[in-house]
Amino acid sequence: MVENLDLSMVNWARAQFALTAMYHWIFVPLTLGLSWLIAFFHTIYVRTGNEEWKRLTRFWMKLFGINFAIGVATGIILEFEFGTNWSNYSWMVGDIFGAPLAIEGIFAFFLEATFFAVMFFGWDRVSRRFHLFSTWMVAVGSNLSAVWILVANAWMQLPVGQEFNPDTARFEMQNFAEVVFSPVAVTKFTHTTSSSMLLAALFVISVSSWFLLKKRHLLMARRSILVAAVFGLLASGFAAFTGDEAAFEVAMHQPMKLAAIEGLYQGETKAGLVALGVINQAKTVGDGRDGFLFKVKIPYLLSLLAKREPGAFVPGIHDLVYGNRTRDIMGAAAKMERGKIAVDRLDAYKEARKAGDEQAAAAALAEFTEHKQYLGYGFLTRPEEAVPPVALSFYSFRVMVMLGTLFPLVFLAYLYFAWKDRLERVTWLLVPGVFMFFLGLVAHEAGWIVAEVGRQPWAIQGLLPVTVARSNLTTGTVQTTFFMFLVLFTVLLIAEIRIMTRQISIGPEGE
Amino acid sequence: MIGNLDYTTLQQLWWLLCSVVGALFLFLTFVQGGQSLLWQVARTDLEKSMLINSLGRKWELTFTTLVLFGGALFAAFPKFYATSFGGAYWVWILILFTFIIQAVSYEFRAKEANLLGAKTYELFLLINGTLGILLIGAAVGTFYTGSNFRLSSYNLVTWTHPLRGLEAAFNPFNVALGLFLVLNARTLGAMYLLNNIEFSGLADLETRLRRAVRTNFLSSVPFLLFVLVNILLMRGFGVDDQGTVSMVSRKYLANLLANPWLMGLLGAGLPLVFAGVFRTLHRNSSRGIWFSGTGTVLVGLTILLLPAYNQTCFYPSHFDLQSSLTIHNASSSLYTLRVMTWVALFIPVVLAYVWYVWRAMDSRKLQIADVQEKGVY
Ligand code: HDD
Ligand code: HEM
Ligand code: HEM
Repeated sequence: MVENLDLSMVNWARAQFALTAMYHWIFVPLTLGLSWLIAFFHTIYVRTGNEEWKRLTRFWMKLFGINFAIGVATGIILEFEFGTNWSNYSWMVGDIFGAPLAIEGIFAFFLEATFFAVMFFGWDRVSRRFHLFSTWMVAVGSNLSAVWILVANAWMQLPVGQEFNPDTARFEMQNFAEVVFSPVAVTKFTHTTSSSMLLAALFVISVSSWFLLKKRHLLMARRSILVAAVFGLLASGFAAFTGDEAAFEVAMHQPMKLAAIEGLYQGETKAGLVALGVINQAKTVGDGRDGFLFKVKIPYLLSLLAKREPGAFVPGIHDLVYGNRTRDIMGAAAKMERGKIAVDRLDAYKEARKAGDEQAAAAALAEFTEHKQYLGYGFLTRPEEAVPPVALSFYSFRVMVMLGTLFPLVFLAYLYFAWKDRLERVTWLLVPGVFMFFLGLVAHEAGWIVAEVGRQPWAIQGLLPVTVARSNLTTGTVQTTFFMFLVLFTVLLIAEIRIMTRQISIGPEGE
Repeated sequence: MIGNLDYTTLQQLWWLLCSVVGALFLFLTFVQGGQSLLWQVARTDLEKSMLINSLGRKWELTFTTLVLFGGALFAAFPKFYATSFGGAYWVWILILFTFIIQAVSYEFRAKEANLLGAKTYELFLLINGTLGILLIGAAVGTFYTGSNFRLSSYNLVTWTHPLRGLEAAFNPFNVALGLFLVLNARTLGAMYLLNNIEFSGLADLETRLRRAVRTNFLSSVPFLLFVLVNILLMRGFGVDDQGTVSMVSRKYLANLLANPWLMGLLGAGLPLVFAGVFRTLHRNSSRGIWFSGTGTVLVGLTILLLPAYNQTCFYPSHFDLQSSLTIHNASSSLYTLRVMTWVALFIPVVLAYVWYVWRAMDSRKLQIADVQEKGVY
């Protein structure tokens, strides 16, 4: 099934996907979260008829629009990248994976696209109520698109509701409801949207803090901060809660990802959580060295978080690669043996079918069916390949969670000083406050790195390694487009940042 | 109801749905056509601003329709998605590139500190409006002229031409189709602008737009005729009951005769296109877009449907005939098509609210005062 495999092409294609997805993700969470805040501001305006709120709404809308445009520009490339760079993936799982993408188009993108124009240009073209309705529809549409793309992504982490069809040699959908309501899809959606609301709140805090420092638009800034801090505090709590759920799902369905996130090589009962640590870069799987140069551990916590039980066993990387009899864990090595049989029998089945030898075909099929759940492992060349990059997963996760602990404290501080009416004078809070948005983005990108890098080497967890998912392209081709996108997106990002900062410095006065 | 439809019917239905989305996209390329007219019909900054603000309220719709076209093909014909995007790499990458630069241009062009300057963003719009549509036409042309690929027994695509898809842009038929689509988009663009803008104080702009309708329409006719005559005369990629592909002479003519309703679509579409132009030029009407637009949808639908039905390969390979794709061997499973058909019942709702919003927003035409407000494009 894998012809003339070129690993460097695969790595460039991964880099390209990572690049375009991470650019997309600079803009998307702000769109997702800010759309709700704007709908909220707009509602207050329609309720009160106060022109101040109208100016405030229009100001945030303008920033939203700039962000939205570049979000759209970076999104289209992702959708088609599945075809261009991962064409075998598109064929092998398109029967399941294509559906949410198409549904996203029908249900969500049109809603966004249609009502976006009304939200922006409808001020005196449609009735006030219809205008407000449109603003809400933009928020609903954006977040609906999150539902569907996250259903697609969640399916890559936990491929439910499907079955391999040996005649077409692809995975086919068996149960749509299982795909949509997969527990991973639910936690992905709740965690992503709550962390996006958090990010939008940080954005408002950052911009408003800057105004307060510059002593401009004081009233607007104070109002915005009040709304954003309350909103952000709620979102933080929700993000932490759903993040914990996400970790629980990972532990259940992707134990190798969890082990990598924790840098846990030898499985443990009563496993502790490494709060802080330095990964030993010299460590390789199976060499018996310690995975950490230094670590601070909180006892029992990992077992508690991962298994909801302080004494539970959490498997480590070694258990998952080489197997662990006493714990009844089959390792990647054993799965590979079975996977190779599955690959071989599938070939034999196809040959026999072609030759018209139905008896041989039936025999091959029976053997294949017995081993087919390990088919994906048949494409690995070494059991150690089943281990994702440990250091990257470990550090990204720590960055996300630490920031997730910091943000609610920041919101609380803002609320406290807003309540004391001393916001303008707490420079020590406002100056770092300006940078909170960027920290929020860091947390977001780190989150996706945890989710995606931790899934490696699989494109579809356990079923389809990225080496098989790829297109038949040369390294040079993918390199060329990688740099094309790198240059283009970087130029557009710089333009966006400049436009954004200029619009912020013009401020709501212009409205 | 949907549970009773058989596999073949669903495959045909989904090709129809994808084609409808594709045909609607061709109508909506009036946005791209309008963009490409910017340099020609708008002489002053005000005129430019009118054009961009008028188009700027619709560009998302066109863009989203393209995205949906891709998504629908992915869901319903994943093998096509894999073969064409992974194979004809460069033509698709270039098309996408022109849409990326379009997406930011409306929002960024008139804003201060936009790094590249308004002229560059206008250039982006022009590139999208010309090169983008031309290449889309060339890509669609390969439904008739075929491509250079081979599929392995596991359906992995190998492209056998070093230009990886761009070679499509060197075939006369594909180029003619592409040029027709560009010129037709420009004709539609001018008609849309005539319909959308209030020209008091802008009489010159109106005159230039009407002239643009005439010149672009007249230049598009030879390309359209070339394409249609070729379709009727050319050999096509037929497939027999055993799934063996062979070249069949006058295949598309035969398809047309075998499906009289396709002839009906074409027979209704062409006159509608002409009627729109006629009303614009001779009746001074501003409603030509509705006629020519509907006509474009019908003609586009015929062009997309003709190579797919009646035992024909819609994505043929002339390098290896037996690798060619039909709507039957490229489709999703029966189960997926059923699920997607339930989902598709929602499409009329989408069309309804798009129509409602369009009417509500455009009941008053775009006036000079509208583009002098803050926060416009
Ligand atoms: C959780 C949410 C989320 C995630 C994980 C992604 N996106 Fe996205 N996407 C959005 C949420 C979103 C959005 C908020 O809905 C955007 C951003 C700005 C916008 O206009 O819509 C958007 C825009 C957007 C567009 C342009 C839509 C239009 O025509 O308006 C496309 C084609 C995609 N995305 C496709 C993708 C693909 C293929 C992804 C997976 C790799 C992806 N997005 C990840
Ligand atoms: C928008 C936020 C996302 C970010 C920042 C992100 C990040 C990444 C990164 C860093 C990689 C490279 C991993 C590696 O090779 O080490 C990757 C790969 C990939 N991601 Fe994501 N991802 C995002 C969303 C998604 C979604 C929503 C999907 C599916 C719908 C998806 C599907 C893939 C695929 C197919 C690959 C390439 C194959 C692979 O390496 O697994 N990603 N992504
Ligand atoms: C505070 C405690 C938090 C915990 C315990 C947590 C936990 C997690 C876990 C386990 C994942 C991986 C899910 C997977 O692999 O499928 C994840 C992903 C992610 N996290 Fe967090 N997180 C927290 C806070 C945050 C914060 C503050 C942000 C951003 C502001 C954030 C943004 C993300 C994003 C964007 C993803 C990728 C989407 C997803 O997989 O759901 N998280 N988080």
